[in-house]
Amino acid sequence: MSGQREAEGGSRISARVGVITFPGTLDDVDAARAVRLAGAQPVSLWHGDPDLKGVDAVVVPGGFSYGDYLRCGAIAKFAPVMGEVVAAAGRGMPVLGICNGFQILCEAGLLPGALARNAGLHFLCRDVWLKVDSITTAWTSRYESGAELLVPLKSGEGRYVASESVLDELEGEGRVVFRYAENPNGSMRDIAGISSANGRVVGLMPHPEHATEPLTGPSDDGLGMFYSALDAVLV
Amino acid sequence: MPRVVVTVMPKAEILDPQGQAIVGALGRLGHRGVSEVRQGKRFELQVDDTVTDEELADIAESLLANTVIEDWSVTRDPA
Repeated sequence: MSGQREAEGGSRISARVGVITFPGTLDDVDAARAVRLAGAQPVSLWHGDPDLKGVDAVVVPGGFSYGDYLRCGAIAKFAPVMGEVVAAAGRGMPVLGICNGFQILCEAGLLPGALARNAGLHFLCRDVWLKVDSITTAWTSRYESGAELLVPLKSGEGRYVASESVLDELEGEGRVVFRYAENPNGSMRDIAGISSANGRVVGLMPHPEHATEPLTGPSDDGLGMFYSALDAVLV
Repeated sequence: MPRVVVTVMPKAEILDPQGQAIVGALGRLGHRGVSEVRQGKRFELQVDDTVTDEELADIAESLLANTVIEDWSVTRDPA
């Protein structure tokens, strides 16, 4: 699989995928590495950046932005770069939020619901099986419907919560993207990841960027998300 | 300068595992009459006269609370 396209004259143009770093972000390096492994060019974006440097897609990676002060993602949503991400998402740019990034996208209103403290209170750090429930998003088109992925989970506030009406809407519109095979944290309806109505914005608690090579992760199951995004932007 | 207290609590229908853990601890300490604890947050703000009730509501809604999972209330000049 290649994330590149032939440009006029035969030169190769690869997609540019922004990876945001906030103070306290942990997983930006792995996210950039996953982008590179998929054949695209990672572009570092800083939380104070006033623009997205012309990228084709954005990854909001995991960690503890602003120390998780107040609530996970509550401060990050007001970072200058997030205003640009919200505007770009409104224009259809693919945006992926992983773990703390998912929390930030929910706080910023790009995705519905919220992530609350795990039922049982423990911080969970383990590999989990996910089922792909929607393959119509910008980040999951390379998977088969119902595919099972083995991906690391590492979070203390990963319990997906939303009102019953929002949950029904998500299910009815096919916007539940990933479900846990075994619910580890009390997430409503076993939800591990969801998408925006147009399928361009996806957030999930587990870490596909840590599952890109058998040497360093439990599988390479996460790489498909990054290939999918390149398909979405290189058409 | 006037003081404002903003109280943020998990919504009644939202599971509060921290409150449950506290109830469990109280039971082990012999306080068997306590059947439920819900844990929230209290913010104390020093504000000047220019800060209106509407502005306080905006502060609570946009930053201090996540209204998907939390309720908030504002009290001016509490004793």
